[in-house]
Amino acid sequence: MTQKVPTGAERLVQALEREGVEYIFGLSGGAAIPIFDALVDSKIQLVLVRHEQGATHMADGMARATGRPGVVLVTSGPGATNTVTGLLTANMDSAPIIVICGQTLTANLGKDAFQEADVTGITYPVVKHSYLIKDPREIPRVVKEAFHIATTGRPGPVLIDVPKDVSSAPCTAPFVEVKDLQLPGYHVPGRGKAELVARAAELLRASRRPILYVGHGAVISGAGKAVMALAEKLRAPLVNTLLGKGAADETHALHLGMLGMHGTAYANKAVADCDLIFSIGARWDDRVTSKVEAFCPQAVKIHIDVDPAEFNKVLRPDLCIEGDARLVLEDLLPLVEPCDSGPWLRQCNAWRRQFPLRYPKKGGLHAQHVLDRLQALTQGSAVITADVGQHQMWAAQFCKTTTNRHWITSGGAGTMGFGFPAAIGAKFARPEAEVWAVVGDGGFQMTLCELATAAVHRLAVKVLVINNNYLGMVRQWQEAFFDNRLSGVDLEGNPDFVKLAEAYGVKGLRIRRPADIDRRLREARDHDGPVVVVAEVVKEGNVFPWIPAGAPITDMLIEPPRRKLEKPSGST
Amino acid sequence: MAAPELAPAPSGDVHTLSLYVNNKPGVLVRVALVFARRGFNIESLVVSASAHGDFSRMTIACRGDRAQLEQIVKQLQKLVDVVHAVDHTGDQAYETEIALVKLQADLEERAQILQIAEHFGAKVVDYGQDSLMLRVYGSTEKLDAFMGLLKPLGLNELVRSGKVLMARGLQAT
Repeated sequence: MTQKVPTGAERLVQALEREGVEYIFGLSGGAAIPIFDALVDSKIQLVLVRHEQGATHMADGMARATGRPGVVLVTSGPGATNTVTGLLTANMDSAPIIVICGQTLTANLGKDAFQEADVTGITYPVVKHSYLIKDPREIPRVVKEAFHIATTGRPGPVLIDVPKDVSSAPCTAPFVEVKDLQLPGYHVPGRGKAELVARAAELLRASRRPILYVGHGAVISGAGKAVMALAEKLRAPLVNTLLGKGAADETHALHLGMLGMHGTAYANKAVADCDLIFSIGARWDDRVTSKVEAFCPQAVKIHIDVDPAEFNKVLRPDLCIEGDARLVLEDLLPLVEPCDSGPWLRQCNAWRRQFPLRYPKKGGLHAQHVLDRLQALTQGSAVITADVGQHQMWAAQFCKTTTNRHWITSGGAGTMGFGFPAAIGAKFARPEAEVWAVVGDGGFQMTLCELATAAVHRLAVKVLVINNNYLGMVRQWQEAFFDNRLSGVDLEGNPDFVKLAEAYGVKGLRIRRPADIDRRLREARDHDGPVVVVAEVVKEGNVFPWIPAGAPITDMLIEPPRRKLEKPSGST
Repeated sequence: MAAPELAPAPSGDVHTLSLYVNNKPGVLVRVALVFARRGFNIESLVVSASAHGDFSRMTIACRGDRAQLEQIVKQLQKLVDVVHAVDHTGDQAYETEIALVKLQADLEERAQILQIAEHFGAKVVDYGQDSLMLRVYGSTEKLDAFMGLLKPLGLNELVRSGKVLMARGLQAT
């Protein structure tokens, strides 16, 4: 008996199985039917989403929770264009996702065929790399390349566009290994150059007020242990970026928490006063540096990055080391000596005592109070995803992250609607973990159709909606800089989120008063299934500390200002 | 015929990049987007075969400040399809460019045109009743000077190839 010749679609699915893919997040459609058909006989589990954007964020959440790539399968045309926001999000935050799109027949390309979109063309600026497969024989190689490129070096999204005739044609092309790939233009940095690492040790030796500035690169490379070892050996304080949360234990005595626009006052004061700032996979983003010329001009700057295009992009560090953060730090560790940093650490701790994160516990329910209690309940043991806005900044401030890949949020793109589907992806990837999605009422409504996805899979994701019936971050800006002329921020007409959850068959809970907080959070945690907890918080809470965009970090507002503020010079 | 002259070092803000890229569809778009995103104007762009069929050469002349260019070269190098991208500004490199010029000229003007053409080593490639076509090559500056002289003499059409460049000696382009 002769063996059945596989189709391109079957070969594609086999190639995905060989990459160890367990889940595919997808939504079907005409041009992708052959691939969905091939999934029927595969051990890969298809998670049917309700909107393609949700699929991309689920894959992204899965990728960030594990370090392994998340996979998306959608159809052509609008199915494919609905993934663009997810691609941007993954690209900005270096998350490895693979988006596979069905496409019209090769012969129809460029003829405005039904559901045709030039998706490779549309997505060039938001992918690490992309493929339009025109010959079924390319399938195994393209899949291997896509996974290799998505996951190595600085990770990122890769798109594969598969015309329907390619997925339908027979394909017996052999599977390939990474060593067989011909990628002369692709280079994955490893260890740093020895002389540069030695130079870093020298600069550190001369420092009395060093600070480690830990970014997403440290999370991605798993450099956490090396970061802590370096901090302890140097006796240097550390801060992390929004995406660097989790690389190093934020509850450690040397850790000053998050820096930047809404970072802790003590982190920003330390950064403003340090004599050496050492970026470990952090890219001097404008949320961190604000007014670049005024960003610790006195300090020696060292920058480790796996992506050399980050060097000299925002500012010119004194020393740049191209390499994987963990490998560079492991080489650096034996070369460094303890700093004479006693007075410096005492100063940092004085700031910590003088300017703690504060919030009111009276006068209604405050978001910070809810998040502070979530922290008390979970103690860093849960994976927390955050959407984008005020609640995200409060969650970043109050939910101290102690473990790598326990904090997931859209930083670079600031994509509203990311948090909830990302939590679904994280929960699929790590079913044993407690997973909370902290979302606002604005962002939640952008992807809440995925409540159906969570309900169908009885996925125990806990959604905490911080509901102030406003697009609160923009309202905060309008209050401070635009004479409180509110425009386009009032979410009048919000649904009752508890009833909405129940309509999906999901448990709904409400927190109205501070006294409800612990009880409801515990109830949500103990429920064996998805839950939506709606915290009806005060409408006009503002996030502090606050460095107005484009202002020097020394102009940080620790408390609400009494005077009217100048309009910020920074972009957003 | 006069030998093509050595190009002078590019001045101030003009940069010449040489890219060695995969010979695949879409590579030109990926490269062009890096320039467009940062508002860099491409003065000329030449894509051609390389000595190896799987790869192509791109020679790109562009204008902009040096710090921005450094970013652009790094972003180009980041593209998976770009094997290498080199800024040859100020390097020891031979550069040249070809231009075709059409002139509408009467007999009296022709004498003057041919005199200029001879001086620049340009060749007449089409001699018609009412028009002349000239081919000239050399540095961008030489071609600019040539066009400047022809402009008042009935310059009708102009096509330039864009600059191509090769590093001298055994240095890789």
